[in-house]
Amino acid sequence: MRRTIAASLAGGLAGLLLAACHADVTLPAEPVVPGAVLPANFPAPVYAPDANPPSAAAFALGRSLFYDERLSRDGSVSCGSCHQQAVAFADDGQRLSQGVRKQLGTRNTPALQNLRWKSEFFWDGGPKNIETLPLAPITNPVEMDETLANVLRKLNADTDYPRRFAQVFGSGPIDSYQLLRALAQFTAALTSANSRYDQAVRGEGGVVLTAAEQRGRTLVAQKCASCHATDLFTDETYRNNGLNASFEADSGRAHITSRVTDVGRFKVPSLRNVELTKPYMHDGRFATLEQVLAHYDHGVVASPTLDAALRPTSGPLGIPLTTAEQTDIIAFLRTLTDQDFIRDQRLAEQP
Amino acid sequence: MKRFSVSTFACTLAIAALSFTGCKKDKEVLPTTPTGPTTQTGTLDIELDQRVGNTPLVLATQTYTTPTGDQFRVTKFNYYLSNIKLTRADGSEYVQPESYYLVEAEDNATHRLAIKDIPVGDYTGITFTIGVDSARNVSGAQKGALDPNEGMFWSWNFGYIFTKLEGFSPQAPTGAFTYHIGGFKKPYDAVRTVSPAFRNGAKLLIRTDHAPEIHMTVDVLKMLTGATTVRFATFATSHSAGPNAMLLANNYAQGMFVVDHIHAN
Repeated sequence: MRRTIAASLAGGLAGLLLAACHADVTLPAEPVVPGAVLPANFPAPVYAPDANPPSAAAFALGRSLFYDERLSRDGSVSCGSCHQQAVAFADDGQRLSQGVRKQLGTRNTPALQNLRWKSEFFWDGGPKNIETLPLAPITNPVEMDETLANVLRKLNADTDYPRRFAQVFGSGPIDSYQLLRALAQFTAALTSANSRYDQAVRGEGGVVLTAAEQRGRTLVAQKCASCHATDLFTDETYRNNGLNASFEADSGRAHITSRVTDVGRFKVPSLRNVELTKPYMHDGRFATLEQVLAHYDHGVVASPTLDAALRPTSGPLGIPLTTAEQTDIIAFLRTLTDQDFIRDQRLAEQP
Repeated sequence: MKRFSVSTFACTLAIAALSFTGCKKDKEVLPTTPTGPTTQTGTLDIELDQRVGNTPLVLATQTYTTPTGDQFRVTKFNYYLSNIKLTRADGSEYVQPESYYLVEAEDNATHRLAIKDIPVGDYTGITFTIGVDSARNVSGAQKGALDPNEGMFWSWNFGYIFTKLEGFSPQAPTGAFTYHIGGFKKPYDAVRTVSPAFRNGAKLLIRTDHAPEIHMTVDVLKMLTGATTVRFATFATSHSAGPNAMLLANNYAQGMFVVDHIHAN
């Protein structure tokens, strides 16, 4: 935290000093590339900015690609079709999402936020690098159902992309390296760290939580933070949270590791913007946060890999929560909604 | 609080120094030149000769027979050969940087690996990986042989496909077999590193004025035989990291690559 403050102070000084050198330079009110400055209350990122230094042109190129339906086989869906900014880049209200030819996926679309801090992606952790992650949705038959070679062909035949890629990467045909690096400029920029909660913990603008929100915060710290840890509100592990007695339909993490101990385990999602990202769980079975908390209170189902945190030494499975506690927890969860993130025009599809 | 002010001070100093030089646009920057003696280097070609037993691999049309009597044709045979090391008699090594090659039976241009900038010397052994080391399996966008556009990458469960053998057999339940082998995490780590021997004490002499060549045979049958006898009727597919990929990798790690001879040239 201290280091980050020092860095931003130094950055400010650098700007001042630069301005002293070039008197005609005016500093923009906010950086051109969102997410280029790391939030002070977050841990160290996995994909640090210097791994793919943010630049305005590369970010804008990544944004165009993210919202371009030509990444799909029949030109019907873009990344943005199922990852909508208004709901923290989840799929608004959809239990499962539609790919090309209106095919349904098999799991609930996760929010895209704070991806810089993830070393493994998806509900099962199959993809392991933010740059190469898009290969999965592009080639998945029920998502974009396209080949990388075809995407590159389309981009190279476009009237505008070759010029824009050349501006960032130098001349030559657009290749997979350029495509993936450009996309990562955008996806890594999707930083959500300016909720009321963030402002309160950073002591910004005199923001304070209400009494109910503060009680909820304490409850989350006591009862939820063993999984929804740190200010990212996830520990990035895979856990069986008691949704089913068996997992024939979707074995979760075991699909990747082939280990029986991973059957029924799914990635712990962040609680950030959780108010917006309904429905919940890997299969989108719960429509409301109330239903989610009711599940943890009295809906947990036993199975061999059920997480230890949901198996108390005495009493029923799950996490007992009174009605009043559930109300306070939901009040707190709503403080994690980041209006700046969902309204940032720089992250929106450009006209 | 102490640390805070110290680092701020240091940053400020550093930035001040930077912007100071930034203002002096005309300041000449002296190029840095490497010091010390220049190492003399030479080249090596590795010629890879795909075979089925004692006969050359002919794709699609030629029918082969396994030692257990199964018939098969091969339509695709690809493999990554990476992290090449050359060993000297004293045990010291030359490790090739950025050492990644994709060999495709269907593309003759990939059958010859041109290795440059090898320090001159007498080498007595070669070591390489069949597949791709664990780090590069998760390293993000890659160029060259590791470009995911080469079709040797699993995107749903990350990792390179180290080797691909595809074809047809009347014994296979569907008439076809597909062996895609990969995986870099225990217990299904299929990365295999091999050191095919130079026969009869042969040496590889790297010199500035020679272009030696290692001629290696790569026997498809070794994937189907060895510790596990692969019968198409019962073992026709491997589509991911897992037990089948391990069995096939264990097979081919034992003798698929053989140094047939070395040309001094």
